[in-house]
Amino acid sequence: MSEGQKASRWALWLPLAIFAGFIGLAVSGLLWPADRNVASTMIGKPLPQFELPAAVPGRPGLSTADFTDGKPRLLNVFASWCIPCALEAPQLSQLEAAGAEIHAVAIRDRTEDVSLFLKRYGNPFTRIGKDDISAVQLGIGSSGVPETFVIDGSGIIRYQHIGDIRPEQVPMILEKLKEAQR
Amino acid sequence: MIAEFGLIALWLAAALAGLQLLAGALSLTSRGQVLGGIVRPVAVMQGVLCALAFGALIVLFLQTDLSVKLVATNSHSAKPFIYKLSGTWGNHEGSMLLWVTVMGLAGSFVALIERRLPEPTMLATLAGQAFVSLGFYAFLLASSNPFERLPVPPAEGQGLNPLLQDVGLAFHPPTLYLGYVGLSVAFSFAIGALVTRNVGPAFARAMRPWVLGAWIFLTLGISAGSYWAYYELGWGGWWFWDPVENASLMPWLAATALLHSASVLAARNALRAWTVMLGVVAFSMSMVGTFLVRSGILTSVHAFAVDPERGSFILALLVIYIGGALTLFAVRASTVTEGERFALTSREGALVFNNVMLSAILGVVLFGTLYPLMTEAFGQKVSVGPPYFNPMAALFAVPMMIVMAFGPLLRWRQDNFARIRGQLILPALISVGVAAGLFAAEAIGALPLIGLAVAAGLGVASLLPLRGRNLRRTPLPVWGMVLAHFGVAVTLFGMASESAFSVEKLVAARVGQTTEVGPWQVRFVEIQPVAGPNWTALEADMFASYRGGAEVEIRPQARSFWSPPQMTSESALVTRWNGQLYAVLGEETDDGRWQLRLWWKPFVTLIWYGSILIALGGLLALIGRVASDVRRVVARDKIADRRMEMAK
Repeated sequence: MSEGQKASRWALWLPLAIFAGFIGLAVSGLLWPADRNVASTMIGKPLPQFELPAAVPGRPGLSTADFTDGKPRLLNVFASWCIPCALEAPQLSQLEAAGAEIHAVAIRDRTEDVSLFLKRYGNPFTRIGKDDISAVQLGIGSSGVPETFVIDGSGIIRYQHIGDIRPEQVPMILEKLKEAQR
Repeated sequence: MIAEFGLIALWLAAALAGLQLLAGALSLTSRGQVLGGIVRPVAVMQGVLCALAFGALIVLFLQTDLSVKLVATNSHSAKPFIYKLSGTWGNHEGSMLLWVTVMGLAGSFVALIERRLPEPTMLATLAGQAFVSLGFYAFLLASSNPFERLPVPPAEGQGLNPLLQDVGLAFHPPTLYLGYVGLSVAFSFAIGALVTRNVGPAFARAMRPWVLGAWIFLTLGISAGSYWAYYELGWGGWWFWDPVENASLMPWLAATALLHSASVLAARNALRAWTVMLGVVAFSMSMVGTFLVRSGILTSVHAFAVDPERGSFILALLVIYIGGALTLFAVRASTVTEGERFALTSREGALVFNNVMLSAILGVVLFGTLYPLMTEAFGQKVSVGPPYFNPMAALFAVPMMIVMAFGPLLRWRQDNFARIRGQLILPALISVGVAAGLFAAEAIGALPLIGLAVAAGLGVASLLPLRGRNLRRTPLPVWGMVLAHFGVAVTLFGMASESAFSVEKLVAARVGQTTEVGPWQVRFVEIQPVAGPNWTALEADMFASYRGGAEVEIRPQARSFWSPPQMTSESALVTRWNGQLYAVLGEETDDGRWQLRLWWKPFVTLIWYGSILIALGGLLALIGRVASDVRRVVARDKIADRRMEMAK
């Protein structure tokens, strides 16, 4: 039990070596910040079977069959009581104007509230299903509102966007939609 | 005016630090020896100027001077006094200024009183201290000037992060900072000793009070932080192995090892190179911790402190100081002569074993904290949590605690187990008894069971060093050791009990409903809105009764702050001697019921009581050491006086 023997001279460099490893790691962490988005495990999987009643009078309800006619679409999960959803509304209108067809699921909501929400913030949706117990929401791997899914023409989930779509993200969503065409 | 005054003081202090480094370094050469004389006065002045600068910032915050950018972005005129004060250091710039201030004051103190070491070693130490300070001055003045003015002052400030508006937390960061700075002094001593090839007992004795002081503050800081996370976050847990918690734990582990190896060096002149290395490592860990918190390269609950640019700056400082120090260590340590030898079965042997165990735990925590970063580099995302940390830390902590139980009973240099076997029968029996009793009575996990058994045995064994001693004449450091080791047993008992016996209940309760959790009956009386100085809240009024006894009122809140807007949950606690009832108010459900989360946590408070005992033990040891140092100085002065008189 003594120290400083010749054999351990190399060991004296060990702390420095560990430290250098840490620095390398830290530099790489700073230079290439990690992507904090969690990839959905549902990507590449088909939509679960569901059939939702209409959430508002003017728009039909939503079922799995509405996604399998060969045309890629967006599926927006929203609620009238969700503030980021209101912030997201202009971006959804922009997407609609750019030619995207958007279906929606209203989560735990009341008909009159949804109507008011759509009147106030615009209605870019073709179909709106009413999901009172979050069954569909959970089925497609969404845990909050708003979330937006890119569904290809055969009903396969191709992309999941968690949180509101920011203005600068609109081109990215359109790009994903185009990719889903292939 | 005050802001400008503060800025000038800061610049002057930085300039003096440069002078201190230059003069200190030159004084080590044969030509520059004359410069040695100015190092100590310069160090004192530097500390005073720092204190003035920090005082200026405090005044600005207390006056809520909104023309200063830092005040405008972090304070608010409606904030209570205590949070205006804590707002001074509750932000990046202010906390960095606090850091250099404490560091400057520590430097002044060393310069004024430390006379035991040979003067060249002291000058090298003070130069090292100035070198470390300079980096932080550069950081402050170049990229985070706390005194920056706004061209147009806003009408009102933006407030302080609501999570930070808490009395406990007002003092949590400065406590940790005091610890980190104490370790920086130990670091400077290690550098001074390495540069002047003077690693010996005197170096260990000079460094020890700083390590002890740092260790006391770190102990208190970590336990305060853990208690804050426990009641403020409202998740019911007290330790989450969050990167930031780990960042504060790692310096503590290194400091604990350093403290013990410094004692071996001071008493026995052994473990020279190891002590120096721990001195470097302990401070490295506090800088690594600061880096991890500030850079945001790891995801954590402390996201409010993040800024990648500042992270890079701290990283650069790390490379310069720690890289430099470890290189110096690698080059010089081989010339540090071998210390005294000792047998495996000896007090030194036990201390070395526990030093290795502490270092292993440090390695486990460091690896676990950085692992997500490593896998991210290869594009994989993982999160490392309790399933890794708990068993891996226990793997090394359990043998450590067992050795801790008998280590203090061993003699220095050489001993044999046969001599102390008799004393150890009682604690061993208690451990085995507790383990067997629990195994038979309750179905609890293996780790908590081992924890409870070891804690019971260690609790008794930690008192054994007092056996057969005249308690009045027992030196304070021995009392300190006994108290700290007993505190470890108490804390361990609290941890194990919390994890073994906690009862949790999540209910959606109607007003008027009674819920049972463990031995408690909780009656939910009403919900009402309440308002505070800068928040509004929904408050649940509940009455809790322990085993049908008298009812205690508790009021958990869901608070909404309006400046800046944020929701927090204020848990309500009922503390009994044997545990805590913990209540959190959640959201309202659709049908008018309220989500309530209730826990009964037996003996959970022992975790923090134990850590207070640990810190108190450190304090006793510190007082004992400092008192004997003072006695030695007084005696030396008396001898000098007598010689002077004789000479007359």
